[in-house]
Amino acid sequence: MSTVRIWKRPPFIKRAWLRWSLTIGGGLFVLVAIGTMDVNWQRVAAGAPRAERFIASFFPPDFASKSSDIWEGIFESLWMTVVSTVVGILLSIPIGLGAARNLAPRPIYLFFRGVLAVSRTFPEIIIALFAVKLFGFGPFAGIIALSIGSIGFYGKLLAEDIEDMDPVQAEAVKSTGSSWLQWLNYSVQPQVTPRMIGLAMYRFDINFRESAVLGIVGAGGIGATLLTTFDRYEFSSSATILLIIIGIVMAVEYSSGYIRKWVQ
Amino acid sequence: MPNRQHGNIKIWQRRDRGHQLTIWACQFIGVAIFVYCWQLVSNNTIWMFVTDAPRQANDMFERMLPPKWEYMDVLWRPIWDTIIIATLGTLMAVVFAFPIAFLAARNTTPSKVLVRPIALLAIVSSRSINSLLWALMLVTILGPGVLAGVLAIGFRSIGFCAKLLYEAIEEIDETQIEAITATGASGSQILNYGIVPQILPAFAGISVFRWDINIRESAILGLVGAGGIGLQLSSSIDTVSWTQVSLILLVILMTVIVSEWVSAKIRHSII
Repeated sequence: MSTVRIWKRPPFIKRAWLRWSLTIGGGLFVLVAIGTMDVNWQRVAAGAPRAERFIASFFPPDFASKSSDIWEGIFESLWMTVVSTVVGILLSIPIGLGAARNLAPRPIYLFFRGVLAVSRTFPEIIIALFAVKLFGFGPFAGIIALSIGSIGFYGKLLAEDIEDMDPVQAEAVKSTGSSWLQWLNYSVQPQVTPRMIGLAMYRFDINFRESAVLGIVGAGGIGATLLTTFDRYEFSSSATILLIIIGIVMAVEYSSGYIRKWVQ
Repeated sequence: MPNRQHGNIKIWQRRDRGHQLTIWACQFIGVAIFVYCWQLVSNNTIWMFVTDAPRQANDMFERMLPPKWEYMDVLWRPIWDTIIIATLGTLMAVVFAFPIAFLAARNTTPSKVLVRPIALLAIVSSRSINSLLWALMLVTILGPGVLAGVLAIGFRSIGFCAKLLYEAIEEIDETQIEAITATGASGSQILNYGIVPQILPAFAGISVFRWDINIRESAILGLVGAGGIGLQLSSSIDTVSWTQVSLILLVILMTVIVSEWVSAKIRHSII
């Protein structure tokens, strides 16, 4: 009788020892992690009726009460988003140009890469924490935090996009005897603009989402209102705010898709 | 080619007049909106505090140095909590995101009219709510602690992972599925041998990428009481112990750098 050979699919990680040590190590880590997590189960159980009340307050949401507070907060978040996105992008253009390897001389390149790395390290909310200490409570601190975050994000992507551009077009424009600014305007800028407009919309979206939480540390926006509603257990207002945030984020996401299509 | 007549000479222009005017109009509206918003900022800011900021910053830096190294003993446990929150949260997200992604992908969803919109709605709502807001909600309901943090990270990451994963599913190579269907495979076998092997690298990459992001996010969840090192950060700031604050910032910086390095290594070995 001949032995039948049955096909087995190749494993995802080919080296057997690595596969096994990763599986066992991962499993052990999860067990230890769950073991060291101290959870107050009584408190969790006590939360059940509260959770029920919270979920019930979404159906239907209560748009009427406290609406003036809510709309004021949402509006503040929106204009904070607009200002910080514009300021962040305007500042990140020179930084991005400086951080592009094919445009800037080596020392300038390293300096601006450093600036970008520093502004990307900390989450916006930690920057906001310090901005509140420096500039006082209010939307200005939030705008500073969001602008710094936008510079790190947008500057890095702009620099990478410039590095990936087609050098042939740049050379063609240069060979006409253009000045440096003309060269930027007619060869670099048209190549990066379509993608950068899309990314600007994306950053606007991120900034709005972030501005919704900055209020927690006192940096303005809808977050402060939301925090108050949670502290007072006014779940109907919290549900309304969350729904409005979801709605605006969805609207921005869809319209940014259309704008990107229209630009390209 | 758009050009302009100037006497007998034609001068090249980048755009024709209509296009140029539309762009100017858009720019004008944009600038107007910005100026209006800036005015609101200006009205809501006490400029005296802002002009005072450089002195304040100077003062703060002076008080932050040198970091209080002994405080490190207290910090090991929060660091461990931060890593737990990020890892278990990512794990939870991955487990839920996997089925949701299949329900949301155009080519694998059981029903385009009914199931797909629900799955997409779940993805969008999970993504639109910042993990700090999830944490705020969960702390109110479950009480402060690591559990709220894990769930907050998990809920926020489900949408992120599911979105990237369903885009990967929609881009798979259909010929492989056809080949497996031709052998007479059942629906689950097609899934298991035709689709899953194609998306597994993307899936692993997405999970590691999200884990890296989650390390940063879990470092701040403590601000609303959901465990992790953020708890020590906010209490140190509240008690104006600036030397502790600088140490915590250093620790967060190190954690972020290490996690970024780990995730880059893993993703590099996958691709």
